[in-house]
Amino acid sequence: MLKDQDRIFQNLYNDLGSDLTSSQKRGDWVNTKEITDKGRDWIINEIKDSQLRGRGGAGFPTGLKWSFAPKEVGSRPHYLIINGDESEPGTCKDRDILRFEPHKLIEGCLIASYAIQAHVCYIYIRGEYFVDGQKLQAAIDEAYEKKLLGKNAAGTGWDLDIHIHYGAGAYICGEETALLESIEGNKGQPRLKPPFPALIGLYGCPTIINNVETIAVVPTILRRGGKWFASLGREKNTGTKIFCISGNVNNPCNVEEEMNIPLKELIEVHAGGVIGGWDNLQAVIPGGSSMPLIPKEKCETLTMDFDSLVAEKSGLGTAGVVVINKDQDIIKCMARIARFYKHESCGQCTPCREGSGWMWRMLERMAKGEASKDEIEMLGDVTKQIEGHTICAFGEGSSWPVQGLLRHFKDEIKKRNNFDPIVKETQNIPYLVDQHLLDKNA
Amino acid sequence: MSLKRPAKNQPENFEFNSSSLEAANKIISRYPNGKQQSAVMALLYIAQKQNNNWIPLAAMKHIAKFLDMPYIKVYEVATFYSMFNLSPVGKYFIQVCTTTPCMIRGASKLVEACKEKISENESELSPEKNCSWMEVECLGACVTAPMMQINDDYYEDLDKEKTLEILDKILKDESPRPGSYRGRINNEPENGRKTLMEFKNA
Repeated sequence: MLKDQDRIFQNLYNDLGSDLTSSQKRGDWVNTKEITDKGRDWIINEIKDSQLRGRGGAGFPTGLKWSFAPKEVGSRPHYLIINGDESEPGTCKDRDILRFEPHKLIEGCLIASYAIQAHVCYIYIRGEYFVDGQKLQAAIDEAYEKKLLGKNAAGTGWDLDIHIHYGAGAYICGEETALLESIEGNKGQPRLKPPFPALIGLYGCPTIINNVETIAVVPTILRRGGKWFASLGREKNTGTKIFCISGNVNNPCNVEEEMNIPLKELIEVHAGGVIGGWDNLQAVIPGGSSMPLIPKEKCETLTMDFDSLVAEKSGLGTAGVVVINKDQDIIKCMARIARFYKHESCGQCTPCREGSGWMWRMLERMAKGEASKDEIEMLGDVTKQIEGHTICAFGEGSSWPVQGLLRHFKDEIKKRNNFDPIVKETQNIPYLVDQHLLDKNA
Repeated sequence: MSLKRPAKNQPENFEFNSSSLEAANKIISRYPNGKQQSAVMALLYIAQKQNNNWIPLAAMKHIAKFLDMPYIKVYEVATFYSMFNLSPVGKYFIQVCTTTPCMIRGASKLVEACKEKISENESELSPEKNCSWMEVECLGACVTAPMMQINDDYYEDLDKEKTLEILDKILKDESPRPGSYRGRINNEPENGRKTLMEFKNA
């Protein structure tokens, strides 16, 4: 287990208070000027050395992302955007940072803005977190009052303004380019990349977008050194991470732990074990709803980091661990996730807009045992037709969980759906052909 | 993308009152000159607060003029985002999360409670016309599932009885305490916390 002094978010459960004075006692804002005095290159290199990977789901190296920002500010200003549109089912880590460790985030914003030469930072918070956003706003106001923000912020000589922008209940706005569209006052539909936001982002200006947790760990990394952070976890999967353990466990909780921690330790030690005992475990969704589930057999030895989960054909995503025990109907659970994606598809690309609803309807029927045998193959085919054929990664996000279900629980679906279609197929007709054309030929 | 229809009975006029106007101008000042359109979501939200939790078409027209943008673009934004209510939802708007992490911890019981206390169907006003409920997608409090949101506040760690209690209070115009209803502090494990013990109850 990670030692308490190596935990970055000391106030994760709000034992100590989130105001400026208590935050300063925990070490925030202590020597911000010393850090920025070491210069941009030192900051970016230190973050590169720490091997910090983005905490928003994709796991892109943060130092590398920052180095994509133009070295000189041209006619267009630079922007820093913090992505707090946390909507992935199973994930509730950013909310705790916003309400209990706001000064870690604000100080991180100042340092990151300095490193990428931005004078304005927008924090995009999902609309439902209004109360938590108000708490962050109070912390921002406090920081302005104490001259930690605004002109010559915290004595660093750098001017920075931070504004909060609330979303309004759209999961897709967590996708970085949809988030930009949303801030610009449009509906949140993702943009084609390239151009990447680092060159052409908000209002056509160079923009760096990072997750709340990524930015909030930056000040601590720079204080304790990239080497310290890199010493936790393992190569390329370093540092600590807030895990959200929800579902059928005795004590669901958020906990900050070292990367590469065994999943079993996370569930047994921190979350009090699976309801009904470890043998009652059915499957685990390791990284928020868009990551394929992992069956019990593999959970025994699984370690939680980006690369080891990719090796299991899943992913760490946002580290929202959803534990599903044997009292639950796994097909129904996945059908509900498919309904989530059907509801949240932005409707821009046809494969995703139509496919997400199609997958949901098929899964609902499979849960009730009303599907025919060949529909199982068809479902797999639909997921393949969505994946990789959309502008943003939502297509993967909606089809991966279904693929995970098919990969590990196909027998369960087959057992329940042994229903023969009334109209027997006599020839192999692609199902995309319109039904009325089929009737004519018959 | 959700299917939303504007209400049939629409007020003729809508204008920001003085406090809304002040809030709106403050928000516009956060964005660069000429980019006032960025404030459209915030202004829709202000209009919704001012107009008893829902946005009439007249408000969209007002905001379009206010931000110097086409009405259809405001309409587009208002219909895209699920938090903008285009028809009356009552003074108390209850949203029950039923996505998988809440579902497997019994969110359907919360839905039952809403059906008993408020109305048989979702998005339908209660007999007193002050309350409605709706199933929504993940609200981001999975660790304290099942949960629901009433206006801005989260009510977490619920079961059917506790939900009925909260709804009773709401219907009597009282304001029940938000947060966990199993007495735990924030997102810490309920029993057997193993981390940051030296600060616990500090």
